[in-house]
Amino acid sequence: MAILEIENISKSFDRTKVLKDISFNVEQGQVTSIIGSSGSGKTTLLRCLNFLERPDGGIIRVNNEVLFDANDPETYKESTIRTKRLHFGLVFQSFNLFPQYTAKKNVMLAKELLAKATPEYKERKKEIHEEIEHQAEMLLIQMGLKDRMNNYPHQLSGGQCQRVAIARALALEPDILCFDEPTSALDPELTGEVLKVIKGLADKRTTMIIVTHEMAFAKEVSNQVIFMDDGYILEQGTPEQVFDNPQMERTKHFLARAHITE
Amino acid sequence: MDIIIDQLPIVIKSLNIGFIQTLKLFFVTLIGAFPLGLIIAFGSMSRFLPLRYLTRFIVWIIRGTPLMLQMLIVYYFPGLVFHNNIWGSGEFGRFFAASVSFVINYACYFSEIYRGGIQGVPVGQEEAGLVLGMTKSQIFFKVTLLQMIKRIVPPISNEIITLVKDTSLARIIALQEIIWAGQAFMKGSQGISGQIWPLFFTAIYYLLFSGILTVLLSKLEKKLNYFR
Repeated sequence: MAILEIENISKSFDRTKVLKDISFNVEQGQVTSIIGSSGSGKTTLLRCLNFLERPDGGIIRVNNEVLFDANDPETYKESTIRTKRLHFGLVFQSFNLFPQYTAKKNVMLAKELLAKATPEYKERKKEIHEEIEHQAEMLLIQMGLKDRMNNYPHQLSGGQCQRVAIARALALEPDILCFDEPTSALDPELTGEVLKVIKGLADKRTTMIIVTHEMAFAKEVSNQVIFMDDGYILEQGTPEQVFDNPQMERTKHFLARAHITE
Repeated sequence: MDIIIDQLPIVIKSLNIGFIQTLKLFFVTLIGAFPLGLIIAFGSMSRFLPLRYLTRFIVWIIRGTPLMLQMLIVYYFPGLVFHNNIWGSGEFGRFFAASVSFVINYACYFSEIYRGGIQGVPVGQEEAGLVLGMTKSQIFFKVTLLQMIKRIVPPISNEIITLVKDTSLARIIALQEIIWAGQAFMKGSQGISGQIWPLFFTAIYYLLFSGILTVLLSKLEKKLNYFR
Protein backbone atom coordinates (compact mmCIF):
# COMPACT_ATOMS: atom_id res chain seq x y z
CA MET A 1 0.00 0.00 0.00
CA ALA A 2 1.20 3.47 -0.76
CA ILE A 3 2.32 5.43 2.28
CA LEU A 4 2.25 8.68 0.33
CA GLU A 5 -0.15 9.64 -2.43
CA ILE A 6 0.26 12.88 -4.32
CA GLU A 7 -2.55 13.89 -6.66
CA ASN A 8 -2.50 16.71 -9.19
CA ILE A 9 -0.29 19.07 -7.22
CA SER A 10 0.21 22.44 -8.91
CA LYS A 11 2.02 25.55 -7.74
CA SER A 12 2.74 28.97 -9.22
CA PHE A 13 5.00 31.78 -8.10
CA ASP A 14 3.43 35.00 -9.38
CA ARG A 15 2.62 33.97 -12.93
CA THR A 16 5.24 31.27 -13.35
CA LYS A 17 3.85 27.77 -13.06
CA VAL A 18 6.48 25.79 -11.22
CA LEU A 19 4.56 22.56 -10.64
CA LYS A 20 2.01 21.30 -13.13
CA ASP A 21 -0.31 18.45 -12.25
CA ILE A 22 2.17 16.34 -10.28
CA SER A 23 0.89 12.91 -9.24
CA PHE A 24 2.78 9.93 -7.90
CA ASN A 25 2.78 7.41 -5.07
CA VAL A 26 5.50 6.30 -2.71
CA GLU A 27 5.42 2.82 -1.19
CA GLN A 28 6.40 2.11 2.40
CA GLY A 29 10.11 1.37 2.75
CA GLN A 30 10.99 2.43 -0.76
CA VAL A 31 13.30 5.06 -2.16
CA THR A 32 12.09 7.53 -4.78
CA SER A 33 14.64 9.68 -6.58
CA ILE A 34 13.60 12.83 -8.36
CA ILE A 35 15.97 13.93 -11.10
CA GLY A 36 15.87 16.75 -13.61
CA SER A 37 17.66 19.96 -14.46
CA SER A 38 17.72 23.00 -12.17
CA GLY A 39 14.46 24.91 -12.22
CA SER A 40 12.36 21.88 -13.12
CA GLY A 41 10.40 22.16 -9.84
CA LYS A 42 12.00 19.34 -7.83
CA THR A 43 12.85 21.45 -4.79
CA THR A 44 9.47 23.20 -4.83
CA LEU A 45 7.81 19.81 -4.76
CA LEU A 46 9.73 18.80 -1.64
CA ARG A 47 8.94 22.14 -0.03
CA CYS A 48 5.22 21.57 -0.72
CA LEU A 49 5.38 18.18 0.98
CA ASN A 50 6.98 19.80 4.04
CA PHE A 51 4.44 22.62 4.12
CA LEU A 52 7.07 25.26 3.44
CA GLU A 53 5.05 26.18 0.34
CA ARG A 54 1.33 25.80 -0.11
CA PRO A 55 0.28 24.20 -3.41
CA ASP A 56 -2.41 25.96 -5.43
CA GLY A 57 -4.12 22.70 -6.28
CA GLY A 58 -4.04 19.01 -5.48
CA ILE A 59 -4.19 16.53 -2.63
CA ILE A 60 -1.50 15.04 -0.39
CA ARG A 61 -2.31 11.87 1.53
CA VAL A 62 -0.17 9.99 4.03
CA ASN A 63 -1.35 6.60 5.28
CA ASN A 64 -4.74 7.32 3.70
CA GLU A 65 -5.13 10.49 5.77
CA VAL A 66 -5.67 13.66 3.76
CA LEU A 67 -2.98 16.07 4.97
CA PHE A 68 -3.62 18.67 2.33
CA ASP A 69 -6.47 19.35 -0.03
CA ALA A 70 -6.39 22.62 -1.93
CA ASN A 71 -10.21 22.60 -2.04
CA ASP A 72 -10.53 22.30 1.73
CA PRO A 73 -9.07 25.30 3.59
CA GLU A 74 -9.51 23.41 6.87
CA THR A 75 -6.56 21.24 5.86
CA TYR A 76 -4.08 24.09 5.70
CA LYS A 77 -4.92 26.00 8.85
CA GLU A 78 -1.75 27.24 10.52
CA SER A 79 -2.62 25.45 13.76
CA THR A 80 -2.82 21.98 12.21
CA ILE A 81 0.13 22.27 9.85
CA ARG A 82 2.72 21.89 12.59
CA THR A 83 1.71 18.34 13.53
CA LYS A 84 1.26 17.36 9.87
CA ARG A 85 4.81 18.41 9.14
CA LEU A 86 6.01 15.68 11.47
CA HIS A 87 5.02 13.04 8.91
CA PHE A 88 7.90 14.36 6.84
CA GLY A 89 11.54 15.05 7.53
CA LEU A 90 13.61 17.34 5.33
CA VAL A 91 17.36 17.44 4.86
CA PHE A 92 18.41 20.69 3.24
CA GLN A 93 21.08 21.29 0.64
CA SER A 94 22.74 23.84 2.93
CA PHE A 95 22.30 21.72 6.13
CA ASN A 96 20.76 24.59 8.13
CA LEU A 97 22.15 23.28 11.40
CA PHE A 98 21.66 25.56 14.39
CA PRO A 99 25.12 27.09 14.84
CA GLN A 100 24.82 27.82 18.56
CA TYR A 101 24.21 24.19 19.50
CA THR A 102 26.50 21.16 19.49
CA ALA A 103 25.85 18.32 17.07
CA LYS A 104 24.06 16.38 19.82
CA LYS A 105 21.93 19.33 20.90
CA ASN A 106 20.97 19.95 17.26
CA VAL A 107 19.58 16.41 17.15
CA MET A 108 17.84 16.72 20.53
CA LEU A 109 16.31 20.19 20.42
CA ALA A 110 13.07 19.61 18.50
CA LYS A 111 12.32 16.38 20.32
CA GLU A 112 12.84 18.07 23.69
CA LEU A 113 10.48 20.87 22.74
CA LEU A 114 7.84 18.35 21.65
CA ALA A 115 8.30 16.37 24.86
CA LYS A 116 7.77 19.49 26.97
CA ALA A 117 4.25 19.75 25.58
CA THR A 118 3.28 16.24 26.70
CA PRO A 119 1.32 15.74 29.96
CA GLU A 120 3.78 13.34 31.60
CA TYR A 121 6.77 15.63 31.04
CA LYS A 122 6.71 17.17 34.51
CA GLU A 123 6.84 13.87 36.37
CA ARG A 124 9.33 12.11 34.12
CA LYS A 125 11.45 15.11 33.16
CA LYS A 126 14.80 13.50 33.84
CA GLU A 127 13.98 10.14 32.29
CA ILE A 128 12.55 11.73 29.16
CA HIS A 129 15.63 13.89 28.80
CA GLU A 130 17.89 10.85 29.14
CA GLU A 131 15.87 8.93 26.56
CA ILE A 132 16.16 11.77 24.10
CA GLU A 133 19.87 12.12 24.73
CA HIS A 134 20.40 8.39 24.33
CA GLN A 135 18.48 8.39 21.06
CA ALA A 136 20.54 11.32 19.76
CA GLU A 137 23.77 9.55 20.64
CA MET A 138 22.68 6.35 18.90
CA LEU A 139 21.72 8.26 15.79
CA LEU A 140 25.02 10.14 15.68
CA ILE A 141 26.93 6.87 16.16
CA GLN A 142 24.91 5.41 13.31
CA MET A 143 26.00 8.42 11.22
CA GLY A 144 29.63 7.69 12.09
CA LEU A 145 29.95 10.77 14.31
CA LYS A 146 30.74 9.18 17.66
CA ASP A 147 33.68 11.53 18.27
CA ARG A 148 31.93 14.63 16.99
CA MET A 149 28.84 14.80 19.17
CA ASN A 150 29.99 17.73 21.25
CA ASN A 151 31.39 19.76 18.39
CA TYR A 152 29.69 22.87 17.08
CA PRO A 153 28.70 22.97 13.40
CA HIS A 154 31.52 25.36 12.48
CA GLN A 155 34.01 22.77 13.78
CA LEU A 156 32.66 20.12 11.41
CA SER A 157 33.25 19.46 7.72
CA GLY A 158 30.38 19.83 5.27
CA GLY A 159 29.92 16.09 5.09
CA GLN A 160 29.82 15.81 8.87
CA CYS A 161 27.33 18.68 9.07
CA GLN A 162 25.05 16.98 6.58
CA ARG A 163 25.21 13.74 8.56
CA VAL A 164 24.23 15.64 11.72
CA ALA A 165 21.34 17.14 9.75
CA ILE A 166 20.23 13.65 8.71
CA ALA A 167 20.37 12.49 12.34
CA ARG A 168 18.38 15.57 13.35
CA ALA A 169 15.66 14.73 10.83
CA LEU A 170 15.61 11.05 11.86
CA ALA A 171 15.24 11.91 15.54
CA LEU A 172 11.58 12.80 15.01
CA GLU A 173 10.97 9.45 13.27
CA PRO A 174 9.22 10.85 10.21
CA ASP A 175 7.18 8.55 7.94
CA ILE A 176 8.96 9.92 4.91
CA LEU A 177 12.42 11.45 4.87
CA CYS A 178 13.06 13.98 2.10
CA PHE A 179 16.46 15.08 0.84
CA ASP A 180 16.91 18.26 -1.16
CA GLU A 181 20.14 17.80 -3.13
CA PRO A 182 21.93 16.60 0.00
CA THR A 183 25.38 16.58 -1.58
CA SER A 184 25.23 19.62 -3.85
CA ALA A 185 26.94 21.92 -1.34
CA LEU A 186 29.74 19.44 -0.65
CA ASP A 187 33.23 19.01 -2.04
CA PRO A 188 33.37 15.91 -4.25
CA GLU A 189 35.51 14.02 -1.73
CA LEU A 190 32.88 14.55 0.98
CA THR A 191 29.95 13.46 -1.17
CA GLY A 192 30.70 9.77 -0.72
CA GLU A 193 30.36 9.73 3.07
CA VAL A 194 26.90 11.29 2.90
CA LEU A 195 25.73 9.01 0.10
CA LYS A 196 26.96 6.02 2.09
CA VAL A 197 24.81 7.05 5.05
CA ILE A 198 21.75 7.48 2.82
CA LYS A 199 22.45 4.09 1.27
CA GLY A 200 22.56 2.64 4.79
CA LEU A 201 19.12 4.11 5.50
CA ALA A 202 17.79 2.64 2.24
CA ASP A 203 19.05 -0.79 3.29
CA LYS A 204 17.09 -0.38 6.52
CA ARG A 205 14.02 0.32 4.41
CA THR A 206 13.58 3.94 5.38
CA THR A 207 10.97 5.58 3.14
CA MET A 208 12.80 8.36 1.32
CA ILE A 209 12.35 10.90 -1.44
CA ILE A 210 15.66 12.15 -2.74
CA VAL A 211 16.12 15.09 -5.07
CA THR A 212 19.58 14.59 -6.51
CA HIS A 213 22.01 15.24 -9.32
CA GLU A 214 24.00 12.10 -8.49
CA MET A 215 22.76 9.87 -11.29
CA ALA A 216 24.83 6.80 -10.45
CA PHE A 217 23.67 7.00 -6.85
CA ALA A 218 20.02 7.45 -7.83
CA LYS A 219 20.25 4.42 -10.09
CA GLU A 220 21.83 2.29 -7.39
CA VAL A 221 19.66 3.20 -4.44
CA SER A 222 16.20 3.89 -5.86
CA ASN A 223 13.13 1.73 -6.26
CA GLN A 224 11.43 4.45 -8.27
CA VAL A 225 12.85 7.28 -10.37
CA ILE A 226 10.94 10.38 -11.40
CA PHE A 227 12.23 12.67 -14.13
CA MET A 228 10.88 16.19 -13.91
CA ASP A 229 11.10 18.85 -16.57
CA ASP A 230 9.56 22.32 -16.61
CA GLY A 231 7.19 21.49 -13.76
CA TYR A 232 5.89 18.23 -15.22
CA ILE A 233 6.69 14.63 -14.42
CA LEU A 234 7.92 13.55 -17.81
CA GLU A 235 8.89 10.02 -17.01
CA GLN A 236 8.64 7.73 -14.05
CA GLY A 237 9.42 4.10 -13.35
CA THR A 238 12.06 1.75 -12.04
CA PRO A 239 15.69 2.89 -12.33
CA GLU A 240 16.15 0.42 -15.19
CA GLN A 241 13.21 1.87 -17.09
CA VAL A 242 14.21 5.49 -16.65
CA PHE A 243 17.99 5.25 -16.91
CA ASP A 244 18.48 2.37 -19.35
CA ASN A 245 15.39 2.63 -21.46
CA PRO A 246 14.01 6.18 -21.39
CA GLN A 247 10.98 6.74 -23.59
CA MET A 248 11.05 10.53 -23.99
CA GLU A 249 13.55 12.46 -26.10
CA ARG A 250 13.89 15.03 -23.32
CA THR A 251 14.88 12.34 -20.79
CA LYS A 252 17.46 10.84 -23.15
CA HIS A 253 18.91 14.26 -23.75
CA PHE A 254 19.13 15.04 -20.01
CA LEU A 255 20.69 11.69 -19.15
CA ALA A 256 23.24 11.96 -21.94
CA ARG A 257 24.37 15.33 -20.64
CA ALA A 258 24.32 14.19 -17.01
CA HIS A 259 26.58 11.28 -17.82
CA ILE A 260 29.08 13.44 -19.61
CA THR A 261 29.44 15.84 -16.69
CA GLU A 262 29.80 13.06 -14.15
CA MET B 1 49.33 74.34 39.66
CA ASP B 2 49.00 74.91 43.42
CA ILE B 3 45.67 76.60 42.83
CA ILE B 4 44.42 73.59 40.93
CA ILE B 5 45.42 71.27 43.74
CA ASP B 6 43.59 73.48 46.22
CA GLN B 7 40.50 73.57 44.06
CA LEU B 8 40.55 69.90 43.14
CA PRO B 9 38.42 68.50 46.01
CA ILE B 10 35.66 71.04 45.41
CA VAL B 11 35.70 70.48 41.66
CA ILE B 12 35.70 66.69 41.91
CA LYS B 13 32.78 66.75 44.30
CA SER B 14 30.84 68.92 41.92
CA LEU B 15 31.78 66.88 38.86
CA ASN B 16 30.80 63.66 40.66
CA ILE B 17 27.31 65.03 41.21
CA GLY B 18 27.13 66.00 37.53
CA PHE B 19 28.43 62.62 36.46
CA ILE B 20 25.72 60.83 38.42
CA GLN B 21 23.17 62.76 36.37
CA THR B 22 25.10 61.74 33.22
CA LEU B 23 24.98 58.08 34.30
CA LYS B 24 21.28 58.29 35.08
CA LEU B 25 20.53 59.63 31.62
CA PHE B 26 22.79 56.98 30.09
CA PHE B 27 21.09 54.03 31.80
CA VAL B 28 17.54 55.35 31.45
CA THR B 29 18.17 55.76 27.72
CA LEU B 30 19.43 52.19 27.36
CA ILE B 31 16.63 50.68 29.46
CA GLY B 32 14.02 52.56 27.43
CA ALA B 33 15.58 52.29 23.99
CA PHE B 34 16.37 48.56 23.97
CA PRO B 35 12.71 47.42 24.07
CA LEU B 36 11.29 50.41 22.21
CA GLY B 37 13.80 49.80 19.43
CA LEU B 38 12.54 46.23 19.08
CA ILE B 39 8.95 47.44 18.74
CA ILE B 40 10.01 49.98 16.10
CA ALA B 41 12.01 47.26 14.30
CA PHE B 42 8.93 45.02 14.10
CA GLY B 43 6.91 48.01 12.88
CA SER B 44 9.40 48.73 10.12
CA MET B 45 9.23 45.08 8.98
CA SER B 46 5.44 44.81 9.27
CA ARG B 47 3.51 43.24 6.42
CA PHE B 48 0.82 45.87 7.06
CA LEU B 49 2.16 48.50 4.70
CA PRO B 50 0.74 51.70 6.28
CA LEU B 51 2.38 50.76 9.59
CA ARG B 52 5.66 49.92 7.87
CA TYR B 53 5.77 53.22 5.98
CA LEU B 54 4.72 55.26 9.01
CA THR B 55 7.44 53.65 11.14
CA ARG B 56 10.10 54.14 8.49
CA PHE B 57 9.00 57.77 8.09
CA ILE B 58 9.40 58.39 11.82
CA VAL B 59 12.80 56.69 11.83
CA TRP B 60 13.85 58.88 8.92
CA ILE B 61 12.79 62.07 10.79
CA ILE B 62 14.57 61.06 13.98
CA ARG B 63 17.74 59.87 12.35
CA GLY B 64 17.74 62.77 9.91
CA THR B 65 17.67 65.59 12.48
CA PRO B 66 20.07 66.44 15.31
CA LEU B 67 19.35 65.00 18.74
CA MET B 68 20.01 68.45 20.17
CA LEU B 69 17.20 69.91 18.07
CA GLN B 70 14.86 67.09 19.06
CA MET B 71 15.57 67.75 22.71
CA LEU B 72 14.91 71.47 22.35
CA ILE B 73 11.60 70.73 20.64
CA VAL B 74 10.55 68.17 23.24
CA TYR B 75 11.44 70.53 26.07
CA TYR B 76 10.15 73.86 24.81
CA PHE B 77 7.39 72.97 22.33
CA PRO B 78 4.60 72.19 24.84
CA GLY B 79 5.25 75.38 26.79
CA LEU B 80 5.65 77.71 23.81
CA VAL B 81 2.85 76.41 21.64
CA PHE B 82 0.26 75.11 24.08
CA HIS B 83 1.27 77.41 26.92
CA ASN B 84 1.51 74.35 29.04
CA ASN B 85 4.99 73.49 30.24
CA ILE B 86 4.38 69.84 30.98
CA TRP B 87 7.96 69.39 32.18
CA GLY B 88 7.82 71.93 34.98
CA SER B 89 10.82 74.11 35.64
CA GLY B 90 12.88 71.90 37.95
CA GLU B 91 15.81 69.59 37.34
CA PHE B 92 13.51 66.56 37.31
CA GLY B 93 11.45 68.02 34.46
CA ARG B 94 14.57 68.67 32.42
CA PHE B 95 15.81 65.18 33.12
CA PHE B 96 12.48 63.73 32.07
CA ALA B 97 12.40 65.73 28.83
CA ALA B 98 15.99 64.75 28.04
CA SER B 99 15.21 61.09 28.75
CA VAL B 100 12.20 61.09 26.44
CA SER B 101 14.26 62.61 23.62
CA PHE B 102 17.18 60.25 24.14
CA VAL B 103 15.01 57.13 24.37
CA ILE B 104 13.16 57.93 21.14
CA ASN B 105 16.34 58.90 19.31
CA TYR B 106 18.32 55.87 20.36
CA ALA B 107 15.38 53.50 19.87
CA CYS B 108 15.31 54.54 16.21
CA TYR B 109 19.01 53.81 15.77
CA PHE B 110 18.66 50.51 17.62
CA SER B 111 15.64 49.54 15.51
CA GLU B 112 17.74 49.69 12.36
CA ILE B 113 20.43 47.57 13.98
CA TYR B 114 17.84 45.05 15.18
CA ARG B 115 16.31 44.92 11.71
CA GLY B 116 19.69 44.15 10.21
CA GLY B 117 20.21 41.48 12.87
CA ILE B 118 16.84 39.85 12.31
CA GLN B 119 17.06 39.91 8.54
CA GLY B 120 20.67 38.75 8.65
CA VAL B 121 19.74 35.36 10.11
CA PRO B 122 19.38 33.02 7.11
CA VAL B 123 15.80 31.96 6.23
CA GLY B 124 17.03 28.38 6.34
CA GLN B 125 17.24 28.59 10.12
CA GLU B 126 13.53 29.29 10.44
CA GLU B 127 12.68 26.68 7.81
CA ALA B 128 14.76 24.06 9.60
CA GLY B 129 12.83 24.82 12.79
CA LEU B 130 9.47 24.66 11.02
CA VAL B 131 10.26 21.33 9.40
CA LEU B 132 11.17 19.99 12.84
CA GLY B 133 7.70 20.88 14.09
CA MET B 134 8.75 23.88 16.17
CA THR B 135 6.35 26.77 16.78
CA LYS B 136 7.19 30.28 15.61
CA SER B 137 7.93 31.41 19.15
CA GLN B 138 10.12 28.37 19.84
CA ILE B 139 12.04 29.16 16.68
CA PHE B 140 12.49 32.77 17.75
CA PHE B 141 13.64 32.06 21.29
CA LYS B 142 15.56 28.83 20.76
CA VAL B 143 17.04 29.35 17.31
CA THR B 144 17.15 32.86 15.90
CA LEU B 145 17.38 35.11 18.97
CA LEU B 146 20.94 34.23 19.97
CA GLN B 147 22.14 34.45 16.36
CA MET B 148 20.51 37.86 16.19
CA ILE B 149 22.19 39.01 19.40
CA LYS B 150 25.54 37.84 18.11
CA ARG B 151 25.05 39.93 14.99
CA ILE B 152 23.94 43.08 16.76
CA VAL B 153 26.45 43.20 19.62
CA PRO B 154 29.23 44.97 17.65
CA PRO B 155 27.03 47.74 16.16
CA ILE B 156 25.08 48.19 19.42
CA SER B 157 28.38 48.51 21.30
CA ASN B 158 29.28 51.33 18.99
CA GLU B 159 26.01 53.13 19.73
CA ILE B 160 26.46 52.61 23.47
CA ILE B 161 29.89 54.25 23.40
CA THR B 162 28.45 57.11 21.36
CA LEU B 163 25.66 57.50 23.91
CA VAL B 164 28.18 58.02 26.73
CA LYS B 165 29.31 61.21 25.01
CA ASP B 166 25.91 62.20 23.58
CA THR B 167 24.53 62.63 27.11
CA SER B 168 26.46 65.93 27.16
CA LEU B 169 23.94 67.30 24.63
CA ALA B 170 21.43 67.54 27.48
CA ARG B 171 23.45 70.56 28.59
CA ILE B 172 21.44 72.51 25.99
CA ILE B 173 18.30 72.32 28.16
CA ALA B 174 20.41 73.03 31.26
CA LEU B 175 20.38 69.49 32.58
CA GLN B 176 22.98 69.52 35.33
CA GLU B 177 25.15 66.76 33.96
CA ILE B 178 28.93 66.72 34.08
CA ILE B 179 29.61 69.28 31.34
CA TRP B 180 27.21 71.68 33.02
CA ALA B 181 28.98 71.05 36.33
CA GLY B 182 32.40 71.72 34.78
CA GLN B 183 31.25 74.86 33.03
CA ALA B 184 29.86 76.26 36.27
CA PHE B 185 33.42 77.04 37.40
CA MET B 186 33.93 79.36 34.43
CA LYS B 187 31.11 81.62 35.50
CA GLY B 188 31.74 81.12 39.16
CA SER B 189 30.62 78.57 41.68
CA GLN B 190 31.62 77.72 45.26
CA GLY B 191 34.24 80.44 45.32
CA ILE B 192 35.93 79.34 42.11
CA SER B 193 35.49 81.43 38.98
CA GLY B 194 37.15 82.00 35.64
CA GLN B 195 38.54 78.47 35.62
CA ILE B 196 38.31 76.37 32.46
CA TRP B 197 40.34 73.39 33.63
CA PRO B 198 37.39 71.71 35.42
CA LEU B 199 35.62 71.53 32.06
CA PHE B 200 38.67 69.87 30.49
CA PHE B 201 38.90 67.61 33.50
CA THR B 202 35.51 66.04 32.65
CA ALA B 203 37.25 64.22 29.78
CA ILE B 204 38.79 61.85 32.33
CA TYR B 205 35.33 60.75 33.47
CA TYR B 206 34.23 60.08 29.89
CA LEU B 207 37.42 58.22 29.08
CA LEU B 208 37.26 56.00 32.14
CA PHE B 209 33.60 55.18 31.68
CA SER B 210 33.82 54.46 27.96
CA GLY B 211 36.99 52.46 28.63
CA ILE B 212 35.19 50.21 31.12
CA LEU B 213 32.27 49.77 28.71
CA THR B 214 34.61 48.91 25.84
CA VAL B 215 36.20 46.15 27.91
CA LEU B 216 32.84 44.73 29.04
CA LEU B 217 31.31 44.82 25.59
CA SER B 218 34.26 43.16 23.93
CA LYS B 219 34.07 40.44 26.60
CA LEU B 220 30.45 39.86 25.64
CA GLU B 221 31.44 39.75 21.99
CA LYS B 222 34.12 37.16 22.73
CA LYS B 223 31.67 35.11 24.75
CA LEU B 224 29.42 34.82 21.73
CA ASN B 225 32.33 33.70 19.59
CA TYR B 226 31.88 30.07 20.60
CA PHE B 227 29.72 29.65 17.49
CA ARG B 228 29.69 31.11 14.05
